[in-house]
Amino acid sequence: MITLEHVSKTYGGFTAVDDVSFTAKPGRVTGFLGPNGAGKSTSMRIMVGLTHADRGTATIGGHTYADIPNPGRHVGVLLDASAQHAGRTGREVLALSALTMGLAQSRVDEMLELVGLTETESKRRVRNYSLGMRQRLGIANALMADPSVLILDEPANGLDPAGIHWMRSLLRGYAERGGTVLLSSHLLHEVEMIADDMVLIGRGRIVAQGTKAELLQTSGTFVRAEHPQKLAAVLAEAGIKASPSGDRGFRTEAEPIEVGRVAASAGIVLVELKPAEGAGLEELFLELTADDARETVTTEGVQL
Amino acid sequence: MSATATTYAGLDISSTTRPPMSRLLKVELRKMVDTRAGMWLMIAMGAITVVATTIFGLAGHDRDRTFANFMQFAGAPQGILLPVLGILLVTQEWSQRTAMVTFTLEPHRSRTLAAKVYAALLLGVAAFAIAVAVAVLATVVFGGTDPWREVGAIDFLKFGILQVTGILQGLAFGLLLLNSAAAVVLYFVLPTAFSILFNTVPALKDSAPWIDFGTAQGPLGDPGNLSGKEWAQLAITGTIWVIVPFLAGLWRMLRAEVK
Repeated sequence: MITLEHVSKTYGGFTAVDDVSFTAKPGRVTGFLGPNGAGKSTSMRIMVGLTHADRGTATIGGHTYADIPNPGRHVGVLLDASAQHAGRTGREVLALSALTMGLAQSRVDEMLELVGLTETESKRRVRNYSLGMRQRLGIANALMADPSVLILDEPANGLDPAGIHWMRSLLRGYAERGGTVLLSSHLLHEVEMIADDMVLIGRGRIVAQGTKAELLQTSGTFVRAEHPQKLAAVLAEAGIKASPSGDRGFRTEAEPIEVGRVAASAGIVLVELKPAEGAGLEELFLELTADDARETVTTEGVQL
Repeated sequence: MSATATTYAGLDISSTTRPPMSRLLKVELRKMVDTRAGMWLMIAMGAITVVATTIFGLAGHDRDRTFANFMQFAGAPQGILLPVLGILLVTQEWSQRTAMVTFTLEPHRSRTLAAKVYAALLLGVAAFAIAVAVAVLATVVFGGTDPWREVGAIDFLKFGILQVTGILQGLAFGLLLLNSAAAVVLYFVLPTAFSILFNTVPALKDSAPWIDFGTAQGPLGDPGNLSGKEWAQLAITGTIWVIVPFLAGLWRMLRAEVK
């Protein structure tokens, strides 16, 4: 179990992580989702003691990371697949970790096989690895001691679709055997596919957290009309609060039937009218991070 | 995954012990030679030692071809290159960003650093032994008239001090700058610039042996023991150029954010 309590980290005047609290539970995959620069990586570095938090505590299974003896045996960590010595071979990278953790060198071959790096590839220097191969090497490094907690920062980055599928089933299996898996991503679909629980972060603050089912359960309506301005005006007149969403559409808390009636009585042609949850997690993600995202324009769609 | 760890939210750490220092040392020694840069640095050091000694053996004057001089020649290449190895031992963790893995597997950074210091010293001792062996061999093969004169235990001690302080100074500069290029350049340029400055400016010349490490190290290369004053100068300049940068670097490394 990973627990963060009121963790904050400031760089000069910039608050990278702002009062972050959440828990990643055993037996579940927790997705840590947020736009680039939202504070995911900083939070993860704080968990393993590479960055010191200004305030708050981060514990893993009840211990501060530094208090775990031989932590690699308990916590598998992959924070940056590119953070490897370019001049070492992939095999050597794993061999050094195995040596540090006190594992048999036979684990190196087992891990190489598990992540699908061939004998020839393992003898090449990391300099010549693609990002996907580095990612596989990093995952091998994290899984080597069969830890009960996994902390992976953007593990799907650079993997091809087959690789992403492979990783998904690997992590799912890990959680099913009781492991705690925390993985970050800035891509919603990735997390949507694999996570049981989700923590959404934007500009250093947690904007939402819960089970995937909870977060997906939204009420309301998504509507799109031939003339968006007219629809906006009529909805406002009828006292229905609507906010722009997606491409010339609107989201509202009102039920589809109410929106349809208002539109019909005003003679407005609708192009789309559906319950909002049909829009999936993407809607939620964009909505929740709209205020916090760097590119507000993408969430607003066409400004009306 | 152990059965207990899977069923409880807490982590059962009762059966794990932290990596012993001997293992960390083994890891650090391995890191010195498992890259092309590290391996070639070793090969270069060995090759230059042999070549330099051989050239001196063939071209040196008969009365100069003594064991003491052969040791100087055998030791010179490592005297220059061992500190570079010391620098790289620390800085590569930052330049290549492997510190992210190193400090995740051993979160007590001071232990990793201790392993690095031991590894560097062990290498220094090994290099010292090799230099002595090469010098003995060269003296036997090329030795001039009475080649073993002027050799005493103190000479080995002085030679050892020279090599070890070089390595430690390299480590200190590496720690302080956490950047390979900057540390290597500064390691070579700064002491040289200081030596030139202190030995050319008349007003500074008298204080040179008390402040400039290179000047204070001078007597280590001369025959015989150092005077008490010379030992004191060595200790003071060693503090300025090795111990202070090392402590400052340690302070920086323990606090630095690893990303």
